[in-house]
Amino acid sequence: MASRYDRAITVFSPDGHLFQVEYAQEAVKKGSTAVGIRGTNIVVLGVEKKSVAKLQDERTVRKICALDDHVCMAFAGLTADARVVINRARVECQSHKLTVEDPVTVEYITRFIATLKQKYTQSNGRRPFGISALIVGFDDDGIPRLYQTDPSGTYHAWKANAIGRSAKTVREFLEKNYTEDAIASDNEAIKLAIKALLEVVQSGGKNIELAIIRRNQPLKVTLWEAEADGSREVRSSKLT
Amino acid sequence: GSPEDGVSLCCPGWSWPPTPGLRLAHGTTTLAFRFRHGVIAAADTRSSCGSYVACPASCKVIPVHQHLLGTTSGTSADCATWYRVLQRELRLRELREGQLPSVASAAKLLSAMMSRYRGLDLCVATALCGWDRSGPMLFYVYSDGTRLQGNIFSVGSGSPYAYGVLDRGYRYDMSTQEAYALARCAVAHATHRDAYSGGSVDLFHVRESGWEHVSRSDACVLYMEFSGSAP
Repeated sequence: MASRYDRAITVFSPDGHLFQVEYAQEAVKKGSTAVGIRGTNIVVLGVEKKSVAKLQDERTVRKICALDDHVCMAFAGLTADARVVINRARVECQSHKLTVEDPVTVEYITRFIATLKQKYTQSNGRRPFGISALIVGFDDDGIPRLYQTDPSGTYHAWKANAIGRSAKTVREFLEKNYTEDAIASDNEAIKLAIKALLEVVQSGGKNIELAIIRRNQPLKVTLWEAEADGSREVRSSKLT
Repeated sequence: GSPEDGVSLCCPGWSWPPTPGLRLAHGTTTLAFRFRHGVIAAADTRSSCGSYVACPASCKVIPVHQHLLGTTSGTSADCATWYRVLQRELRLRELREGQLPSVASAAKLLSAMMSRYRGLDLCVATALCGWDRSGPMLFYVYSDGTRLQGNIFSVGSGSPYAYGVLDRGYRYDMSTQEAYALARCAVAHATHRDAYSGGSVDLFHVRESGWEHVSRSDACVLYMEFSGSAP
């Protein structure tokens, strides 16, 4: 039955499903895990860095991208689709500044990305974007924000969330461990993100990448080596 | 043809086709300045069409929303139309974003909209006076796309006379009453010397709580009150 309705995504199935959108969400579940945490004065994005081939330059594998000085996003799913979405979002951030003199709010750019994704669920001949995104940043009013979008084009604000492979496990960990104490300080929030990712990554490899935005400070991306009993920062780099 | 051709025209000084630089209704004095307690906007009320007074009691200050006013100069029709478009644009953005755009944004939107018609004889010279998240704010926008932030602006044929008074008496830390007196004095002096300004003097004040129409006073009466004392 389902196969008759997943040819063209503009078609609903008799029981109200858009199968292409649901299949896109399956593609997201295959991507490497990303976690986002909203602290009091800090927002943290963490991604699982899959191991790269020996000859590959691992610095060119980027899963966390800056959309503007004060907003960045991580994604789970098809990397090529993400590249297109990120490029459109970056252009929109600058167009917004040109038209109204103000930088985008995190909610605005999330809404833009979500609207873009929704358009592709309602166009003939196109397929939905196979990515979910976690978008973090600070607005002018100094309040930290974390939003999540999915291939259907919906978006919600979260205190902490995970997407990609084993997202459910990580989210359950966060539900248990996200308390006011856990995010009381910046370092605590970072530790929480690392511990959450340790639920799914192998410890002992250089396979956690973190992006941190503190209020009124530029974005910082760091690579971590995850140990079961603690983690240490291996290398910092400015996000390009 | 021009009036010398013997064509009867209802509006002296008007010719067809309109020559470049023709000012149908640029005869005006409007001013706005920004100070600690908000933004003051003041204007005369004479709408002139050449040397004919089309309306002695027009209102040259247009409200855009609760916290934004615009003084208008140039072609009245253009000003009215573009302000309606600006109102629509700001209201839509307020609904989408959950908050009103800043005065800087409003000025940017207006100047961008009008600059698309550059070279087509739009004539709108306006000062946007508002109070937003960064406090009192004042922008001058012209229909060629000019957009300037400043503390004092005066627009129109009477503006040189108004600037004289304003530059002499302006201080950011004025009290509200001093500001009202300065604005009235500046417009009154301009109406005294400029033939195309006159009628009454409108005074508006944009505060943190919104805009308020303070007064409309006869220009000649005001000038008599001020002419005794130096501004």
